[in-house]
Amino acid sequence: MSWVLVMPIAVPFATAVVAYLARNYPSGRWISLAGSVLSLVASSVLMVAVLGEGVIAAQMSNWNAPFGITLVADYLSAVMVLITAITGLATAIYALGEIPEDTESLGFYALFQVLIAGVTGAFLTGDLFNLYVWFEVMLIASFSLLVIGGGKERLDAGIKYVALNLVSTLVFLSGIGLLYGVTGTLNMADLRGAVADAENQGLMTVIAMMFMVGFGVKAAVFPLFFWLPASYHTPYFAISAVFAGLLTKVGVYALMRMFTLVFVGDIGFTHEILIWVSVLTMFTGVIGAAAQTDFRKILSFHIISQIGYMTLGLALYTPLALMGGVFYLVHHIIVKANLFFVAGLAKQYAGDTDLNRIGGLYKSAPLLAALFIVPAFSLAGFPPLSGFWAKYLIVMAAIELEQWFVAFMSLLVGLLTIFSMTKIWGMAFWKPHPDGIDPTPDRAPVRVTRAMITPIAGLAAMTIVIGFYPEPFVQFAEIAAAQLLDPTQYVTTVLGVQP
Amino acid sequence: MEALTAIVIGVLTAAAVYLMLARNFMRFLFGLILLSNAVNLTIFASGRMTKGAPALVPYGEDAPLGMVGNALPQALVLTAIVIGFGLLAFTLALIFEGYRRMDTVDTEEMRFAEPKEDSPK
Repeated sequence: MSWVLVMPIAVPFATAVVAYLARNYPSGRWISLAGSVLSLVASSVLMVAVLGEGVIAAQMSNWNAPFGITLVADYLSAVMVLITAITGLATAIYALGEIPEDTESLGFYALFQVLIAGVTGAFLTGDLFNLYVWFEVMLIASFSLLVIGGGKERLDAGIKYVALNLVSTLVFLSGIGLLYGVTGTLNMADLRGAVADAENQGLMTVIAMMFMVGFGVKAAVFPLFFWLPASYHTPYFAISAVFAGLLTKVGVYALMRMFTLVFVGDIGFTHEILIWVSVLTMFTGVIGAAAQTDFRKILSFHIISQIGYMTLGLALYTPLALMGGVFYLVHHIIVKANLFFVAGLAKQYAGDTDLNRIGGLYKSAPLLAALFIVPAFSLAGFPPLSGFWAKYLIVMAAIELEQWFVAFMSLLVGLLTIFSMTKIWGMAFWKPHPDGIDPTPDRAPVRVTRAMITPIAGLAAMTIVIGFYPEPFVQFAEIAAAQLLDPTQYVTTVLGVQP
Repeated sequence: MEALTAIVIGVLTAAAVYLMLARNFMRFLFGLILLSNAVNLTIFASGRMTKGAPALVPYGEDAPLGMVGNALPQALVLTAIVIGFGLLAFTLALIFEGYRRMDTVDTEEMRFAEPKEDSPK
């Protein structure tokens, strides 16, 4: 059974090695693409296995839990791995059009595949220290990808991104050290019992807060998000799309895992903080976006705002809320990566990402305009697109708990999101180009535009499918939420015994 | 022994925070190095300190006899040191390249990715 869990991690790593060796040849990019297809196959196999059994676990090197490293996949992990592979494939196709040859020969595809491997590993591991290692794999790849290609802007952004992420990693690592010191175990399933049994529950809350801060920086929640809008608008569009889609979500996933599986001793305290953090994250993000006039800066602030909804799903801590949180997570990865892809193509056509300097895209590129509408309106929560169902579930959960203010803020932020999206629509698509020219798709070679529009269309189609047939996805999220709220099966599968 | 380690960790962390509050990014990096070592010591101490008892299994036995030092935190620290070294080396290279291109290590002057509203582009 263990190869099912290992393959989604091993395939991108193997691809990275081969792609690095072939970095100076045109075949390098096709190897990366083939590797991404194989990753998607491996993740789908994992998904099928998890759908059959609920939770699957494998002990690495035959060291039994809680002593060895365990790989484990429940519904949440499986869907995150699958969506990572889908985003990876979309990005690999998009990169064919965008990434110049000199960047390719620096090992772009190898780094990209290592990033995917790191993200996948973080979703699959059942060991806390191993989670730290995957975070680092992911970070070092993301550092390099952020600054690859050079330039003042990228280096400036890179320095801020690196600095704040390293600090958060150290907070997370010292949390691990203290937790091990108190409980003597690092296996996440084993920790559930060990943390509940610990004598000093006050100390547990302190450690829980260290994890919240550590993961909070990664997830870019209020007030720890400053690195995100400082850096996400500088790298290649393929890179900012995969960052926007996946990296912050690893932080959200880690929060969801730790604060449903391990730190549930003092929900009144920890989850109450999370509620207010989430509300402020939603609101500051969307207000920040309103002040920006750059395509990617607006989108970056919207990542922050949307993260608030996901952590809100966790913070409210009811089956409906967590279900909404999981649904939101998946929906948002597809939509947000797609919007960054659109921004890249808009730059190809119109020459810039500053909304004051571009325009006229509706007239000259109607297909792109149509494809922008889908993720943009989904992000704002227009029925019947996927974002509507995600927001609906979260707001319903807040109303059920009679958290009127939280529900009100969620709806208000949705309204302000529409404001930002119509701003992009009005300035980039509707108004005439300020230079009086028609941005023509012919400016870019056909090979480039074709590679870039394929993933945009694919992800937009997924958004529409989830929007019109939400039933199976909602049911899936319901089971995922139930597994999070009652991790008995998770714990028994990992430890092999009833706790 | 634990008390001494705790004090060392505290001093390292305090020095690290002081350095990291500086605007000079090199100082920030030195602070980060100190903080990283403080965290490594925390992990090491969390496995409890044992004096003069290496975790060795005598020949012919399955398990060590009597109390020995906890080997797991040492393995963890080793991993953390290696990873930390890699990351800090990368950061140093990044700062050097940043200094060559931007001609500054002052974080207040690094406004290339986020220029001020009124500054020319």
